[in-house]
Amino acid sequence: MSIIQDAVKTAVRFVPDRWLPGASPDPLREKHGLLGAPISRVDGPLKVAGQARFAAEVPMEGLAYATLVHSTIARGHITSLDTSKAEAAPGVVLVMTHENAPRMNAPAMFMSRPDAVGASDLPVMQNRDIHWNGEPVALVLAETQEQADHAATLVKVEYESATAVTDFQAAKLAAHHPQSILGEPPLFEIGDAEKELNEAHHRVDLVFRTPRHNHNAIELHGATVRWDGDELTVHDATQMLNGTAGTLAEIFGINPDQVHVSSPYVGGGFGGKALWNHQILAAAASRLSGRPVRIVLSRESVFRIVGGRTTTEQRVALGAERNGSLRALIHTGTVAMTEHNNCPEQFTFPARHLYASKSFRLEQSVADMDMMANTFMRAPGESVGTFALECALDELAEQMELDPIELRRRIEPEKDPTSNNPFSSRYLLQCFEQGGERFGWNRRDPKPGARREGEWLVGLGCATGTYPYHRMPGGSARIRIEADGSAVVSTAVHEMGMGTATVQAQAAAARLGLPLEKVRFDYGDTSLPKGVLAGGSTQTASISAAVIAANDELVKELIRLAGNDSPLAGLGADKLEARDEGLASVDEPGRHETYASILARAGRDHLEVEAAAPPPLEMMKYSMHSTAAQFAEVRVNSVTGEVRVCRMLGSFDCGRILNAKTATSQFRGGMIMGIGLALTEETLFDPRSGRIMNPSLAEYHVPVHMDVPEIEVMWTDIPDPHAPLGARGIGEIGITGVAAAIANAVYNATGRRVRDLPITLDKLL
Amino acid sequence: MTPFQYERAATAPDAVRMASNSASAKYLGGGTNLVDLMRETIETPERLVDVSGLSRTIETRPDGSLLIGAAATNTALASDLTVRRDFPLLARAILAGASGQIRNMATVGGNILQRTRCAYFYDDAARCNKREPGAGCDALDGFNRIHAILGASPACVATHPSDMCVALVALDAVVHLEGANGTRRIPLADLHRLPEGRPDIETVLQPHELITAVEIPALSFARRSTYRKVRDRASYAFALVSVGAALDLSEDGSVRDIRLALGGVAHKPWRALKAEDALRGQPATEANFRAAAEAELTDAAPLRDNAFKVELARRTITAVLSELKGDAA
Repeated sequence: MSIIQDAVKTAVRFVPDRWLPGASPDPLREKHGLLGAPISRVDGPLKVAGQARFAAEVPMEGLAYATLVHSTIARGHITSLDTSKAEAAPGVVLVMTHENAPRMNAPAMFMSRPDAVGASDLPVMQNRDIHWNGEPVALVLAETQEQADHAATLVKVEYESATAVTDFQAAKLAAHHPQSILGEPPLFEIGDAEKELNEAHHRVDLVFRTPRHNHNAIELHGATVRWDGDELTVHDATQMLNGTAGTLAEIFGINPDQVHVSSPYVGGGFGGKALWNHQILAAAASRLSGRPVRIVLSRESVFRIVGGRTTTEQRVALGAERNGSLRALIHTGTVAMTEHNNCPEQFTFPARHLYASKSFRLEQSVADMDMMANTFMRAPGESVGTFALECALDELAEQMELDPIELRRRIEPEKDPTSNNPFSSRYLLQCFEQGGERFGWNRRDPKPGARREGEWLVGLGCATGTYPYHRMPGGSARIRIEADGSAVVSTAVHEMGMGTATVQAQAAAARLGLPLEKVRFDYGDTSLPKGVLAGGSTQTASISAAVIAANDELVKELIRLAGNDSPLAGLGADKLEARDEGLASVDEPGRHETYASILARAGRDHLEVEAAAPPPLEMMKYSMHSTAAQFAEVRVNSVTGEVRVCRMLGSFDCGRILNAKTATSQFRGGMIMGIGLALTEETLFDPRSGRIMNPSLAEYHVPVHMDVPEIEVMWTDIPDPHAPLGARGIGEIGITGVAAAIANAVYNATGRRVRDLPITLDKLL
Repeated sequence: MTPFQYERAATAPDAVRMASNSASAKYLGGGTNLVDLMRETIETPERLVDVSGLSRTIETRPDGSLLIGAAATNTALASDLTVRRDFPLLARAILAGASGQIRNMATVGGNILQRTRCAYFYDDAARCNKREPGAGCDALDGFNRIHAILGASPACVATHPSDMCVALVALDAVVHLEGANGTRRIPLADLHRLPEGRPDIETVLQPHELITAVEIPALSFARRSTYRKVRDRASYAFALVSVGAALDLSEDGSVRDIRLALGGVAHKPWRALKAEDALRGQPATEANFRAAAEAELTDAAPLRDNAFKVELARRTITAVLSELKGDAA
């Protein structure tokens, strides 16, 4: 597979731009007006008024409510199940266990096929085996949620434990290379990096550790499901509509078109709103009971059956010449994973693209553990990988008595250092210059502990953030023009609060030359043309590529319908542009006809076209990455070690920014999550039992309002010539680099390097 | 949650009578801790007697003492003008705890009787002597970063999580109790037990004995008092270490009198009597503050994850007393 990929990559490198589908610059990328404007969310009023109906609020006749019972051992099997008390409890419809659950196929693992999104390929409640502490062993269905919750406490389960691997330190001893790291080889080398390191004038060689994290979107995972014969309807909170439908279909042995998934509103995704056991079990319980079923996970259940960010142990070693250029860049390490999933937390990815070095050694291993399958969580890999890499750079800069920004200037590569592809668009140094100026970087005293205000030591830190541009293949879009000239653009994609619905309406209006009020963007339902999943900051570009393709079809159809009586007669698509609610000649502005007029003359009450996005070959020809300069000012209490972030600034180069308001929220949200990564978040996974011991928002500490300072964001707004709309995606880059910027600021304040997250006060006493 | 009966009491004797009908009855204040525990089936009372309608008055008496109805909310007590002026330590301690919403619901009586936040107490898959006497303690060799360094036993290393109680115990508060055999008063410092062999028995209360009021005796120098809480985030986290203190200085700069209590370090709000004794009559210097802190912490027995608390307590005590001394200057 990778040989073919490599061959395609090599071939694509020699193809001229104009031959690349999807790689010719999007005419909208330079267009201003509606695009880029700080338009308020189109779904905002509904949400504020409580009228946006989330998955757990969809009304249905005769609903039964589900609660899960979780295993209390990490590995072994069930020896006895006593459900009699639960079954006899008031309101109970049924208790489902492996003994009576419908037979189901195991979920197909994520990325094993285009529409497979199984978080792991373990069968769900099909046998007595236990694979992780927290695995569902029973589902109780009752007339009310409270009755189900109560009866679930009456299910008695006994187990026989088998030896489990629940200690990362022990698991590490058997760490091994995974087959690939998201399609990349687990070991990548240029030159002999260890040798170059040893011969380098300046050296740092450091170990960093990052803990497990759990997803804590405010909206709990929930689904409302119903069977009509062999047709399954799932109202879900998901960021992968079509994948959920396809995977559920295979699990239940029906066709993908027999599964209808709807998810118009999602209260936060971050990688966690995927297909987990709860939707599968709810559908199974619905089939078993003949009742529609609602399942809403408790916060504890979210911790037990929804994966999170896995733990990492990383080594970064840097060797530099006297002039600052790198001789060696080594980034290696191990993450915890299971044998049943494929999510290796690609922490070495930033080092593949960020800096020039004479030699590289980038290597990742996985340590198999008996635990809930880990998963994607905002900037998997890049968030924790930049922590290690960017802290190490800070230590190297200090050793070299160089300003950390100056060091980055000296190692800025001309082209991608590992693929040798040209960058499509990269302005990292501009981010540092403009961000540093606004932040007041020149006021930083490089000497640690130099600034003190009462008990508080004050320090500044910076770091690079980075996230790749990806465009998901496989998305389609439909454009429908109504008789009045208004348009509906539709595709089965996702709005989890990022602003997708708003930005896509803006983009469609700009592309079709319509005012915003005359455009509707439909999404969130598998009845619409197949969309891409929302992950990897890919949605905006992926949707846009499909809309561009559909628009090409639309223009062709309009030319055909316009015929010879139109002012546009004789003009080809390349001579036309969308303007003033219709099409116009590029060269002769007077030649114009509205969509309404074209349709009326042709006797049509609407026009509908649909097209699929071309394959994302631009990613093979160019190194396409967003970058950022992250700045933080922290105060560390010299008595107690408490760390407070008092100021942050993120300076981003993500191509074109499409909506200044929703983009600001995305960046800020990511940076706040970065504060959690740096200072507070840690899943307490007991190595003796494999059990998560802090499954609540009281004890799993996300930053509270008082932990979040004023955060400023700015951006270059330089369109990427090779991305649809000129935009590279902004959902994840906000969290990258933040933990390092904060850790580096803590060092500047105190002279203490903390290399294991979170930076809690005990590490600074 | 296990089904339960609910009754609302109009008077304290009524409440005691209602509770006495059921061995597992519990009094319900704001429910901010008890209801959570019931949801987790850690608490499974057959009957709840709602006492949130009993006295919530906060009365300043002629001698300068305060009498606080046990049903007063945490918010009401923290915003009471006399409390803020005469006992700032108490107002600050309350405001350092929980969240605005929780403080609006939580009562003074309920705050005193809230239970530990030990993760192994909350998880019925874990062993816990407090939940199930004799079962063992998984915190002893587990995650015990937030656990006790003083007064713990091999049976239990949990802490009492209240901020308010730290201030109250520093202020020599007395609790008024109503029981089947009438009323009595005991110092708050004697209400909570150390775990010893029976961590499931957390107080000296008799079955169904009800806290009806808390009395704070007048303390002239309590106006020079404060509370400092050290925790893992800026708000909405329990104390790793907290210090409540009031300081009275003589004209010659020596300590005439002092009240000092610690939170987050023991199974009960910890009155630091050794440190107080070490300081009375001594010059109020940072060195002496530190020596007094050392004296209090000589018996500290840290666990795997919480050795930092010993140093943190030492530093926080010293800083708080230095701050109070500075205020006096």
